[in-house]
Amino acid sequence: MSTAKTDTLPDPSKRDFLYITTATVGTVGAASFVWPLVDQMNPDASTLALASIEVDVSSIEPGQAITVKWRGKPVFIRNRTDKEVEEARKVSLSELKDDEARNKNIAEGGATDRNRSAGEGKENWIVMIGSCTHLGCIPVGLAGEYGGWFCPCHGSHYDTAGRIRKGPAPENLAIPEYKFIDDTNIKIG
Amino acid sequence: MKLTTVFSRLIAAGFATMLSASMMTTSIRAEEDGSSPHYPINHPKPAHWSFSGPFGHWDLGQLQRGLKVYKEVCSSCHSLDLVPFRKLHDLGYSQAQVKAFAAEYEVTDGPNPEGEMFDRPAKPSDYFPGPYANAVEAASLNNGAAPPDFSLLAKARAPERGFPTFIFDVFTMYAENGPDYIYSLLTGYQDTPDGVEIGEDIYYNPYFIGGKALAMAPPLEDDLVDYDDGTAQTVDQYSQDVAAFMMWAAEPNLVERKSLGFKVMLFLIIFSILLYFTKKRVFTNLKD
Amino acid sequence: MSGGHSQYVPVNGFMKWMDDRLPLPRLVYDSFIAYPVPRNLNNWYTFGAILSIFMVLQIITGIVLAMHFVASTDIAFNSIESIMRDVNYGWLLRRLHANGGSFFFLAVYIHIFRGMYYGSYKAPREILWILGVFIFIIMMATAFMGYVLPWGQMSYWAATVITGLFSAIPIVGEPIQQLLLGGFAVGEPTLNRFFSLHYLLPFMLVGLVILHVWALHVVGQTNPTGVEVKDMKKETVPFTPYATMKDAFALSLFFVLFAYFVFYLPDYLGHPDNYIQADPLKTPAHIVPEWYFLPFYAILRAFDFNIGIPFTDIVLIDSKLAGVIAMFGSLIVLLFLPWLDFGKTRSGDYRPLFRQFFWIFVIVCIGLGYLGSRPAEGGYITAAQILTAAYFGHFLIILPWLSRFEKPKQVPPSIADAILAKNKAA
Repeated sequence: MSTAKTDTLPDPSKRDFLYITTATVGTVGAASFVWPLVDQMNPDASTLALASIEVDVSSIEPGQAITVKWRGKPVFIRNRTDKEVEEARKVSLSELKDDEARNKNIAEGGATDRNRSAGEGKENWIVMIGSCTHLGCIPVGLAGEYGGWFCPCHGSHYDTAGRIRKGPAPENLAIPEYKFIDDTNIKIG
Repeated sequence: MKLTTVFSRLIAAGFATMLSASMMTTSIRAEEDGSSPHYPINHPKPAHWSFSGPFGHWDLGQLQRGLKVYKEVCSSCHSLDLVPFRKLHDLGYSQAQVKAFAAEYEVTDGPNPEGEMFDRPAKPSDYFPGPYANAVEAASLNNGAAPPDFSLLAKARAPERGFPTFIFDVFTMYAENGPDYIYSLLTGYQDTPDGVEIGEDIYYNPYFIGGKALAMAPPLEDDLVDYDDGTAQTVDQYSQDVAAFMMWAAEPNLVERKSLGFKVMLFLIIFSILLYFTKKRVFTNLKD
Repeated sequence: MSGGHSQYVPVNGFMKWMDDRLPLPRLVYDSFIAYPVPRNLNNWYTFGAILSIFMVLQIITGIVLAMHFVASTDIAFNSIESIMRDVNYGWLLRRLHANGGSFFFLAVYIHIFRGMYYGSYKAPREILWILGVFIFIIMMATAFMGYVLPWGQMSYWAATVITGLFSAIPIVGEPIQQLLLGGFAVGEPTLNRFFSLHYLLPFMLVGLVILHVWALHVVGQTNPTGVEVKDMKKETVPFTPYATMKDAFALSLFFVLFAYFVFYLPDYLGHPDNYIQADPLKTPAHIVPEWYFLPFYAILRAFDFNIGIPFTDIVLIDSKLAGVIAMFGSLIVLLFLPWLDFGKTRSGDYRPLFRQFFWIFVIVCIGLGYLGSRPAEGGYITAAQILTAAYFGHFLIILPWLSRFEKPKQVPPSIADAILAKNKAA
């Protein structure tokens, strides 16, 4: 008639097995309940449906640029003039602050104008995420000392290929995954 | 002691009288016509649904046929606001098919750089555009009765099951009241019985939840929609297919819910059994 | 939270250091490990633990849903649907939360009836009981405001009807109603303040629950025999593992039932009209609250007559105010239960007459619930009037009368004797 007498049980090993199993199953159950609570914070289906967009660029004349919104951020699409392309090509890698291409569409490579552009036959096109690599402000287009972009927040200058040339930003503007699905349409993401 | 017995008998008797009185009034009311009639006149007819029961699943062929019926017949009056085209992938269509399907619709986008709204072909991320600009237009073009949106209708139309059926429903897991209702309504149009008066331009249907007759003319007829999978092209089949499609539209994750439910139930039952034995063993410590 | 002296011994130097500064481990140990519970508790006593777990679950799922819900009359309905359709596991979390409310109430009703049957409100547990009634009232307010948030037809009209209750108060009624609504009808300000309060009240609930548990641990639990613990050693067991395991098993079974509804009958306890977006210009044919409010709703509607001085035209209380008073009265009367039933015998097991009336009372409550779900017309109203009288009669007439005149059975002198007798019988 007294309280717990744990030492008089017939088979302690069997008891341990039962206790451990129950505790394990309970822990697994609690842990699997936590997953939905965490996963609900991930982007939902309607957000993911907009993870890739298609843009018609047929109306962008050489020398013009547009900004589209993609995944909540601005994307610059610029149709450069032949002169701009030529000038950008002349820049040697050693002149650059950041000589990495920063282009999601090529494996690796230097920040040559070719590597920064839309590639073979589309060298005039440049598509970049419009978020300054310094602290995330949005650079102003067709501005700055190099005729590319200029970030008004802390004075970073980018050239027409979006490469950082002067100022506090450490990297060239990032190029997202994209491709021309036909002559006039770009799919971003 | 005697007083208490009498008192409790009295209470019990009063209670019994009250119960029987309330039951009598109920049955009288059911026979009476007019005072406060209850709709629908007929209970929905139960149909067979692939998604019923604990292992319910979608019949993708049926959902595709239902989509076709919706698109070719219902969508001229009924919107489907909450369903994006991308969801049609779940009906067994490829991404390319979904894209092509969406492109058949026009949606308004904008403003363009000139500040004007413009129409463009729909994309998978867009939602089904409705037939009317707004609810007021919908009502004014339909004699004041705006056709309801289809997105949730299969859950929003569920006639009361009544006592004691609603208790049995717990054990039979009956949750197909909505699709049964839609199926019954679509197949339930009848000639107005003698002696029943209904207004003009409305149609007698004893399965309608809101009265004797409704403003929607019988929308389906045999061979109205072409099925390419050899399924019978009858009103009955169309009704079932579109009702199943509407259930899917109302609850696209119904099957996912049931299959996760099975795992959770199984887990909880096993865990309960383990806890039972653990508890029993813990309490053996108390026995003398 | 333990009444007796503490048995906590710090296991190491750090715990000793901690204990001298913030004796939190000591509090947990004394409250949930060493806390002595009577040996003869049955399974009806597990609902306190079940309720604590459900409160925590409701708060967790609620916080998560609040990350996606938009409290705006234009968007609220669609934001719930986007939770159901697009948010990862959103359908699951929303179903858990909506059905969780129902099961929270199911458990609380069992808990209350258990307390009534075993006389858990009697001295020295009056404060414990009163705190419980306040918890129940706050729960109802929370549930009501939560039900408004999806902004369906039932949400909207429930808000209209319930806030309309306050307009029954003479003179100040209408200004109070407008204050509550933030307008002349339910609208944007109403939805926003309901969301704010629906988020706030559960935390007040947590505070009250802590007081409730504190009060419980000061006076100790009742038990089916209804006599106080006399011999700690013989008549109690430590909370862990005995009560813990018992509660865990009961909770697990309760979860099986809960999961059955969440996964297989998620809309069974809801109303189809709430899948229609709120329309201020169109009332549904038949408004009913959630099932757990039905008995109170039946009491509210039972008053279809003015109360005045007989044979004159003077109206003292009009029917609307009478219904409102009766409905709130049905809750307020619970607060006075410890003084309405003042008989010395605590447990219903030893009060045969009380037991009969207890079960009649349970049936009356279920009957009121059924009538609350019916349309307010004809025989249903008469029936609701009779049952409303029975409800109040139970508290105001039968219990005081029983306390004075009933002849209870012989109560065992101690819990140990009761256990002994039970073992002998078995």
